[in-house]
Amino acid sequence: MSGTGARDLFTTMLRIRRFEERCVELYSAGAIRGFLHLCVGEEAVAAGVLAALSAEDAVVSTYREHGHALARGVPMESLLAEMFGRVTGCSRGRGGSMHLFDASRRFYGGNAIVAGGIPVAVGLALADRLRARPRVTACLFGDGAVAEGEFHESLNLAALWHLPVVFCCENNRYAMGTALARSHAETDLALRAGSYGVRSWAVDGMDAVAVREATALAVDTARAGGGPCFLELRTYRFRAHSMYDADRYRDRAEVEAWRLRDPVELLAADLTADGLLDDAGRKELEEAVGREIDEAERAAEAAPVEPVEDLTRFVTTTMDPEVAR
Amino acid sequence: MTVTAEPRTLTFREAFREGLREALAGDDRVFLMGEDVGRYGGCFAVSQGLLEEFGEERVRDTPLSESAFVGAGIGAALGGALPIVEIMTVNFAMLALDQIVNNAATLRHMSGGQLSVPLVVRIPTGPGRQLAAQHSHTLEGWFAHVPGLRVVAPATLEDARGMLATALADPDPVLVFEQIGSYGVRGELAADPGPVDLDRAAVRRAGSDVTVVAYGGTLAPALDAAAELATGDLSAEVVDLRTLRPLDTATVLESVARTHRLLVVDNAWRTGGPGAEIVARVAEEALDELDAPVERIGAVEVPVPYARQLEEAALPSVGRIVEAARRAVA
Ligand SMILES: Cc1ncc(C[n+]2csc(CCOP(=O)(O)OP(=O)(O)O)c2C)c(N)n1
Ligand SMILES: [Mg+2]
Repeated sequence: MSGTGARDLFTTMLRIRRFEERCVELYSAGAIRGFLHLCVGEEAVAAGVLAALSAEDAVVSTYREHGHALARGVPMESLLAEMFGRVTGCSRGRGGSMHLFDASRRFYGGNAIVAGGIPVAVGLALADRLRARPRVTACLFGDGAVAEGEFHESLNLAALWHLPVVFCCENNRYAMGTALARSHAETDLALRAGSYGVRSWAVDGMDAVAVREATALAVDTARAGGGPCFLELRTYRFRAHSMYDADRYRDRAEVEAWRLRDPVELLAADLTADGLLDDAGRKELEEAVGREIDEAERAAEAAPVEPVEDLTRFVTTTMDPEVAR
Repeated sequence: MTVTAEPRTLTFREAFREGLREALAGDDRVFLMGEDVGRYGGCFAVSQGLLEEFGEERVRDTPLSESAFVGAGIGAALGGALPIVEIMTVNFAMLALDQIVNNAATLRHMSGGQLSVPLVVRIPTGPGRQLAAQHSHTLEGWFAHVPGLRVVAPATLEDARGMLATALADPDPVLVFEQIGSYGVRGELAADPGPVDLDRAAVRRAGSDVTVVAYGGTLAPALDAAAELATGDLSAEVVDLRTLRPLDTATVLESVARTHRLLVVDNAWRTGGPGAEIVARVAEEALDELDAPVERIGAVEVPVPYARQLEEAALPSVGRIVEAARRAVA
């Protein structure tokens, strides 16, 4: 990977990290409500996977998707406005943190049903196949989703029909409070995905460059007609499952051990070693990211909310008479 | 295109198949997928011959994965295709409920109007074939409960043939509940039936003494009952709802304003069923028009049993409709 490539990954990861930290503050201040799931610790997955896609490709994600949306290029301001419930939000304030959409960037959300987006990703790829469009759909989901029937049905279907889907499993070892080994009889998730005839392998999800390279290989394979691929991206969330979670089920020592492999600092160290980042450069970048977040927050805060009179818009195109009532 | 100058007789199965064939022939974005829709010819032979005519890409046999292939239909619709997904029967639709309720119905709204899901799901349904509880469900009311979906129930040959095209032209997800019991029924179709709408209920038989509201599987028995009542000098008006969401309340209210009596018939359990919704709306908006308590027929609150006499006792019938109509005007 070129120096600029790694440096871009770092910028993306830093934007995500600082954005998530700001979200914590905004949540505590009551500006963001509802469920809030942060991806602190998992930035290498977001940055690496999304960097390997092109603009025509599609992305289907989960409720833990701030990082994916940012890495896809969805403007920070529209994300924060969404979480503030403003009409300028990327879903006009109708989705919130868990349902970030941007059709113009083929970012198909933000799904709060574990595994619920996986069949949809298969269908997006099917539409491309039927039109012979050389596009790929990346589908991100957690380790918990691998226990759902929808995951298994979808892998079989994608493999059977040879569809260009890259299944990206963010294995952070926990589904809420349930550790991998407490819910999966076979914890080698790539091995299980492989049983469907899907090319599958595990990747160090704390190494953004490795994630990007693995995803690029998977995307190339799928785009070239080689069928779907499955990536088990081994990572860890540094914070609780959501803002509601007291995080009583994890050993402090375990969390601390993983923090030693902080993906942001790992890449920073590599960049520094390669002479691509020094203290001044880091400081400059931090300041630029801080400014971007400040400006996004200001704009989101200043944005209007949607009038209640518009409550029943966007339910169906032809408005239900009784809904409009 | 099957255009003939004369009216013709055909079965509902053939009418549904014509609708499918015209959809596939008319727009190459349209494709059909579901369990056994291709090689087998459709569980009820509705899609017989379509695989041979349109090929494997456009008539796709799926694995037994209701959630995945309904979800894939949603994704394909997002991706610019016009999928027709068949769920073999409504009894298996529960395995796809998540995709229908959490994705198809919500994506437009949750995305603030950015996304459209122009998906059609065909769902054969209907009790009364001695198949016992797990194969005799009537659940269209569940789906009609959900904003974001359109739910239709073709009960005439015109609708059987024409509703699919209108549903495909709708940018929103449409669930088409087809009556399994109707597939073999033969009737006459106008020479050029033309397009049908999915918005309005229809008065299938005019009458002056009582309004009988039915749809889907209860339309035929309601019409038979009206014919029987006519021999006893009782004039029943039969309204076919056609669409359960959005519900055309106006047509029902207009009829009640003429007859001042109401009988609602559906195959669902009465508790929380579509019939309850009709009665509630009439009570809300036209209570003054009613000259008698409302009559309501639904399935008896029991899992539909296998044995013939028990099943018959559990379901609406011409006899029960006739009795209820007589009570309403007594
Ligand atoms: C079908 C379903 N069941 C349960 C939940 C509640 N829930 C929300 S997140 C979650 C854990 C999912 O874990 P995983 O897939 O590993 O993703 P992670 O949160 O670790 O990113 C659960 C059980 C849900 N949203 N959807
Ligand atoms: Mg997890």
